Amino acid sequence: MIHLQICQGTTCYVMGAAQLASLATALPDDLRPHVRVTGCRCLGLCRDGAFGGAPYVTIDGDVLARANPEILLEALRARIRATLLPS
Amino acid sequence: MKLNNESDRVKREVLARVARALYADTPAALDRIPLEMRPRGKPFSRCCVYKDRAALRYRVMAALGFRGEDETDELKPLADYAAEVPLRTRNPEPFISILSEGCSACLESQTTVTNLCRSCLARPCAANCPRQAVHVKNGRAEIDRSRCVNCGICAKACAFHAIVQVPLACADACPVDAVGKTDDGRVAIDHEKCIRCGRCQSACPFGAIMACSQLADVILKIKAGRNVVALTAPALAGIFPNAPARLCGALLKLGFSAVHDVAAGADETASREARELHERLAAGDAFMTTSCCPAWIETVRRHLPTLAPFVSHTPSPMRLAADAARAAHPGAVLVFIGPCAAKRTEATLAGSPDHVLTAEELGAMLIARDIDVDACEPAAPVVAGSPLGRGFAVTGGVAAAVAAQLPGGVTSPGAYTVNGLTPKTLRLLAAFAKTGKAPAPLVEVMCCEGGCVGGPCSFEDPARAAARLTSSK
Repeated sequence: MIHLQICQGTTCYVMGAAQLASLATALPDDLRPHVRVTGCRCLGLCRDGAFGGAPYVTIDGDVLARANPEILLEALRARIRATLLPS
Repeated sequence: MKLNNESDRVKREVLARVARALYADTPAALDRIPLEMRPRGKPFSRCCVYKDRAALRYRVMAALGFRGEDETDELKPLADYAAEVPLRTRNPEPFISILSEGCSACLESQTTVTNLCRSCLARPCAANCPRQAVHVKNGRAEIDRSRCVNCGICAKACAFHAIVQVPLACADACPVDAVGKTDDGRVAIDHEKCIRCGRCQSACPFGAIMACSQLADVILKIKAGRNVVALTAPALAGIFPNAPARLCGALLKLGFSAVHDVAAGADETASREARELHERLAAGDAFMTTSCCPAWIETVRRHLPTLAPFVSHTPSPMRLAADAARAAHPGAVLVFIGPCAAKRTEATLAGSPDHVLTAEELGAMLIARDIDVDACEPAAPVVAGSPLGRGFAVTGGVAAAVAAQLPGGVTSPGAYTVNGLTPKTLRLLAAFAKTGKAPAPLVEVMCCEGGCVGGPCSFEDPARAAARLTSSK
């Protein structure tokens, strides 16, 4: 199971995490059984001018910046290929 | 549903960077924003990194409240514009500014045959065209531009969906036909027709229609130690995912001296509007429309003058909240904050409140100051409204609040709700004026679909914002 965490801090929410929350509730069929989605408090990644990278998410702890649905789905599929499928 | 997109993200990042430069007293940083957002060697979205930077320069100007149209010197540093902010005494009106470097000069809305056309036997496209504009040549349907009126009948008739109507996003979004083209194909807005709804700004996929922000005025007044009071729109509690008390705490942390909930003004509007409706019906009027939506007021003024006698004279919640705050805080700077574009015009024309910020601009201030709303101490507004007042932000809420306030003994008159101004609903409203009749004595008009939570300057899904407001009742 892959753990996707969507930062719900103010910076990420304003910069687009609101949209990611909609995506999380409607993951495509190929991803849904493999991904657990949770929100989290501000990860602090946006501090000191780094808000240009918001919204931030983490996939099994690895930070993904400027997350949008396209980037996020691609990253989730890459993670599934790398970890869950036999090589 | 309105989705966030990269164009919205760029707009918000510019606002946050501008806010950060102003907070840090580093106006020279403003001139570096285009370079920092589009560094050499990194991806760009237009033809080259330089055009992206030119467009970003005008976005910074708009964030500072200046229209690119008024630029006289292309080399004038952005820091010089920031220095002029404290000197201005009037907010920009009209506040809409065209980013001509950004406009892609999209095709006029037109009907086009694609290569899915199979040159079939039936040819319903040609047979059903009321203007004989469709002919099949060389194995494909062709549309004679000089005859086509863009009605779309051929597109609907085609069994292969081979004919498409190519939209012109900005003009198609405008409910009052105020968006047109210049001779070189770029967007032009007729400010005499424009009702300030902000829909074209949200619709343009190039972000080429911008609003001049009052963000810089507010930040600099707070920094100068002025007493600045926040008037928060009812919708704001739905747009932010946080507990309203934390949002109130965040506003205090930003330097606002007090927070007034505009829902209290909405309660007053509902009470006065109920009395007015009662009096009007007693005097023989057939119906009355609500008056809280500023884009609706502009629509009546500019397009439907025959409806003017039917519009309530009751001031909007923003105006009543501002009057109360003015009395409670003499000499204070009053700032309305909400998801609405048109409130800027309402406030500028009325001279009160002093400034209008959008939910996005408030978000930018919080980002610039590294304030996480959930980490703020909960606080209470000085003036709070009732659940019915908070309901003004969602379609049907105004009518519900007015009905609840009707003087004793009067049964609810029933209300008709116009959920979003479109060419169709505008024709309907015009018919109400012409016939002197409406489906119900009270006609609630919301320019934005869904109500204020569907406003153009929000970052939240309107349905989710509405659900938050409804559940907090």
